[in-house]
Amino acid sequence: MKTNDVILQTASKVVFFIIILFAIHLFFAGHYHPGGGFVGGLMTSGAIVLLLLAYDIKTVSQGFPIDYKILIGVGLLFAAGTAAGALLFNVPLLTHAFGDFNLPLFGKTSLHTAMLFDTGVYLVVIGVTMTIIQTIGESE
Amino acid sequence: MTNLLILPILIPLMTAIVLIFLAKWVMVQRVVSVISTIGTLVASIILLLTVKKEGIQTVDVSSWQAPFGITLVSDMLSVLLVTTTSLITLCVIIYSFRSIGKKREQFYYYSIIQFMLVGVNGAFTTGDIFNLFVFFEVMLMSSYVLIVIGGTKIQLRESIKYILVNVISSAIFVVAVAFLYSVIGSLNMADISKRIAEVGQLPILTVIAVLFLIVFGLKGAIFPLYFWLPGSYHAPPVPVLALFGSLLTKVGVYSILRTYSLFFYHNQAFTHELLQILAILTIIVGAIGAIAYWDVKKIIIYNIIIAVGVLTFGISLATEESIKGTIFYLIHDMIIKAALFLLIGVMIKITGTSNLRKMGGLIKKYPLLGWTFLVATFGLAGIPPLSGFVGKFLIVRAGLAEGAYVGALIVLLSSLFVLYSVIKIFMNGFWRSPQDYPGEEKQPVHFLWMPGAILVLVSIVYGVGAEGMYPIISQATEALIDPTIYIDAVLKE
Repeated sequence: MKTNDVILQTASKVVFFIIILFAIHLFFAGHYHPGGGFVGGLMTSGAIVLLLLAYDIKTVSQGFPIDYKILIGVGLLFAAGTAAGALLFNVPLLTHAFGDFNLPLFGKTSLHTAMLFDTGVYLVVIGVTMTIIQTIGESE
Repeated sequence: MTNLLILPILIPLMTAIVLIFLAKWVMVQRVVSVISTIGTLVASIILLLTVKKEGIQTVDVSSWQAPFGITLVSDMLSVLLVTTTSLITLCVIIYSFRSIGKKREQFYYYSIIQFMLVGVNGAFTTGDIFNLFVFFEVMLMSSYVLIVIGGTKIQLRESIKYILVNVISSAIFVVAVAFLYSVIGSLNMADISKRIAEVGQLPILTVIAVLFLIVFGLKGAIFPLYFWLPGSYHAPPVPVLALFGSLLTKVGVYSILRTYSLFFYHNQAFTHELLQILAILTIIVGAIGAIAYWDVKKIIIYNIIIAVGVLTFGISLATEESIKGTIFYLIHDMIIKAALFLLIGVMIKITGTSNLRKMGGLIKKYPLLGWTFLVATFGLAGIPPLSGFVGKFLIVRAGLAEGAYVGALIVLLSSLFVLYSVIKIFMNGFWRSPQDYPGEEKQPVHFLWMPGAILVLVSIVYGVGAEGMYPIISQATEALIDPTIYIDAVLKE
């Protein structure tokens, strides 16, 4: 008899978005509150893992047609690029810049290049976690 | 340029990242990794010239002042090691083209090698004890991958041992740093040294010194902690083995040299004597192993242990002369070990076995390979015009001057055992009656011989030009003998 996962699947569709929103909140809160790229990334991959539990690897990879190994590379490029960007201004590696900007929708926002570095961390964490889980899941 | 000393770390890092995207295109990977490694080598040579002219270079990463941020420090010792590392990595990468195989190459092999270069160069350059730990981990993680990549049975078995030992030693490293931080309250190496000098070496600091010795001894294979090395190094393919044998243990030796000359030099009676006893035992164990085996890989692997013993003996004497000798020998040993591994790699390729009893008569068909190997063995044993001589000579002389007669004698005797063990390879592998080996015509012998020959050539130049190297080595020694030079350069006082 084939099992029917309709409750699990419907529930995870809703919960997935809540987790993703929480993950993004954690990621952006990092500078002033607990949170940051690492937990944010882990939470995001947690959301994808929930989908993997409810559906199967094939369906989820259709939903997210990403090669997670490439994602690791992109994340590393972000982080290392932010670090190396300091070389252009002839200041020591990883020196960050920041300032307050008036953005159209958000109003007065303080932006910091540490954010770019954190984006790198975020992407690498997602990439690594998902690569590990997918390769273990796929191998027989 | 403020960031010059970061380039030997940054270039391989960027290359490693770019190579992740290029995993499928093997030719592109080869070209990119060779070009970037040449770039690393050039950057480190420029850095070497700068340090020679202007003294110790420092960068306060992210513009935080010295004890509060991470500081990268290039004194003469670290820049010499960085240059040697880059050179060896370049030769190993070229060697890999025709020997490692497409399957491994497509599986991020070159990327991992670049990550390893990041770790080793970073460990040599950093001025922060916790950052040293992080670079150790970068180096070790890459070495885990390199030891297991390909997934043959022996590799899987040995990588489990290797990872287990290194995870434990890394945990002890963290504990040691935690102890040191709770006593001293700083992680910057120059600042730690200054504060230890202010409070004197309390008994707890001597305990921490021994804890550090255990950690770095596990990484660098000192006497009771060497047990994992012969098995683990026997498993991976030859180019990986050459990288491991010439770089990984030497990072451990460098760390002992750095911590024992910068932090724990106040109570030498205990720590340095302990180090000396362990060094002598290391040499003896290595010598026994080197003459016992008939497997070419194993013989050279035990020679690593002998060299680590000689180096730590030099460190334990802690006089100006012995440190000079240690640095001379350290650089010589990195180059010559890489060369020897690459050359026996060619022998293994030709004969299809690493068992010495099944080889023979290679000199008939491959005279160039034979004579290169002979020169390398003489260099390893320390026959005067070649590179191993000056270092050992200085160490022995310092040993005699300090009254460490047993140690000096054992260092001298160890040379005989080293010579015997490698000449055994030469006499059995190259002399005797020639044999036919299946598939030997297909092997790219000349291509594989070249990187090894380049390294042998460098070591000859290094040995013959010892006179020219002497002022550079002296400059490297100054900062180790007198820590205030290092501290002043970092804390800018």
